[in-house]
Amino acid sequence: MTSILKNRLFWPAAILVVLLAVNVFTSNQFITIRDGHLFGTLIDILRGSAPLILVALGMTLVIATGGIDLSVGSVMAISGAVACLLISDLGDQNAVGPVLLIIAASIGISVLFGLWNGALVAIVGIQPIIATLILMVAGRGVAQLITDGQIINVQSGPYATIASGFLLAVPVAFLIAVAAVALIVLLTRRTALGLLLESVGGSPTASRLAGIGAKRITVMVYMVAGGFAGLAGLIYSANIKSADSISAGNLIELDAILAVVIGGTALIGGRFSIAGTVLGAILIQTLGVTVVAVGVPAQATLLFKAIVVVALCLSQSPAFREKVFGRLKPRPALRAEVAQ
Amino acid sequence: MRRNLSAAVLSGVLAVSALAGCGGGDGDSGTASGDDKITLGFSQVGAESGWRTANTKSIQESAAAAGIDLKFSDAQGKQENQISAIRGFITQGVDVIAFSPVVTSGWDAVLQEAKDADIPVILTDRAVDSQDTSLYKTFIGSDFVEEGKKAGDWLVKEYEGKSEPVNIVELQGTTGSAPANDRQKGFADAIAANTNFKIVKSQTGDFKRADGKTVMETFLQSTPDIDVLYAHNDDMGLGAIEAIEAAGKKPGTDIKIITVDAVKDGMTALADGKINYIVECSPLLGPQLMDLAKKVDAGEEIPNRVLTEETTFTQEQAKTELPNRKY
Repeated sequence: MTSILKNRLFWPAAILVVLLAVNVFTSNQFITIRDGHLFGTLIDILRGSAPLILVALGMTLVIATGGIDLSVGSVMAISGAVACLLISDLGDQNAVGPVLLIIAASIGISVLFGLWNGALVAIVGIQPIIATLILMVAGRGVAQLITDGQIINVQSGPYATIASGFLLAVPVAFLIAVAAVALIVLLTRRTALGLLLESVGGSPTASRLAGIGAKRITVMVYMVAGGFAGLAGLIYSANIKSADSISAGNLIELDAILAVVIGGTALIGGRFSIAGTVLGAILIQTLGVTVVAVGVPAQATLLFKAIVVVALCLSQSPAFREKVFGRLKPRPALRAEVAQ
Repeated sequence: MRRNLSAAVLSGVLAVSALAGCGGGDGDSGTASGDDKITLGFSQVGAESGWRTANTKSIQESAAAAGIDLKFSDAQGKQENQISAIRGFITQGVDVIAFSPVVTSGWDAVLQEAKDADIPVILTDRAVDSQDTSLYKTFIGSDFVEEGKKAGDWLVKEYEGKSEPVNIVELQGTTGSAPANDRQKGFADAIAANTNFKIVKSQTGDFKRADGKTVMETFLQSTPDIDVLYAHNDDMGLGAIEAIEAAGKKPGTDIKIITVDAVKDGMTALADGKINYIVECSPLLGPQLMDLAKKVDAGEEIPNRVLTEETTFTQEQAKTELPNRKY
């Protein structure tokens, strides 16, 4: 029992369960089957959290190496803009082949932006927060240039499927996120890659001396983060069937960092938790939905969210827990005094 | 070597952010005045919707047509960007400053600075809540309360003579912004007399399509019978339509939709029968603004409130008007 309580993911999980329980009461259908697929609040949450899970997943890897990527939101905007622009030029927007090609191309471009970030950090040696700030600011401008400041509408069935479609009764967007998580878990926990990441985050110099290609690994994680951000941008724009270069991914880097921190990954690098990040991302999405479902007034939503996040952070602080819950437990320290 | 390189890149970053600060700003920012050409510093909210881009275009085109030197700055939806843009205009010594405030409050200090520098200020499209109205010359734009009222009036007429309860959900604009506050108030006032009308849920969608969709999804899940959706702009309404269709309902039939703005995408949906009624909020105030800027610069007296010309559209009217919509 105490080992469960001590697990750092216990409190985030507990808060998630509470929020979901609230939604069970506020929603007409929490989870049900309609038109041959799952439907309900829980499905909306899972589907809606897919972009954040993807972005936070990339962010986890970057943070594990001791870096940070502020440019993810701008990369989302760029990839959505590129995809919608190309699709709107298609003769037949419902042709699956070309749409898939465009999706692949948009992700490819996003990976290249990640390569740019990684090169600035690992090869040029710029602080990650500054290196990615360049693309964060400039990238949104690039996205606006691509769309000419307009919202580009597309009417492509296959494209909309990646956000609103269902496969085997489950939302496609969520399946994409699950596949990405599975891939990363496999790569980091079943191969030595995870260990290498943690060692680079712990000490790049020591890793290099131990024969680990620290630079190569650093460049790689930024490329992965860029690719996932691009994929998230596609889901975002497919969801509204249009490219909105101003609001796509706006401030998502902060939500992603919050998800990573809630998940228990330290911002200084080193140890990381994929499961924690996914939990954090779903928690943030659930919080957003709950605020609307319980009818918190628009003026108070940010305060409401802040209270939940503060409570969450306090619950994860060992010092705070010691102060509040410390007295309830038997004190080994007291026994030590007696022994003296 | 590395330090030099970092310094070089850092200055690059600064240059980039400076550029982004006046994103889309054309030309260099050398000090204005000197010649007789009027310099107008304009700070735009951002480009959050099709409406806004049409507004920007109208201002840029009419400035060129009127022979006014326009210093355009995009605040990207942030008040702090707008304040620093206005300070920039004051330093550059432009002849007239115009801006569309991101939010209503917190402008006294920077407006006082403009006043101290003897630069007249014109508010466009959104008002500020400053007590001291001498801080700006005039406010040109729509009457948002009136827009909300028009939306409410239509609804009252639509349900005339019926007494069954009408459940309304509302998608508000950016919290604290004048259009969100006023459209909410005007609408609430117009339907207040009908006791069977009830606003069951009201939440912000930040004037954005994606937020409109997400919030509407949750509305649909948490509210049993929604009869009417009132969205403070077309884009949120368009996002909500996606959510309504995904929930297996028919927008415009199962749920009646009223929006404000009348941009092209919105008008298309109206003509298709997915929206029931749109209250126009015209973004094409560029020519009127240039006119006012010239008068203010010449020291002429101008009214302290100028309204833009606007109308409303039903589905039938949308079909005739749609081919003429440029934005």
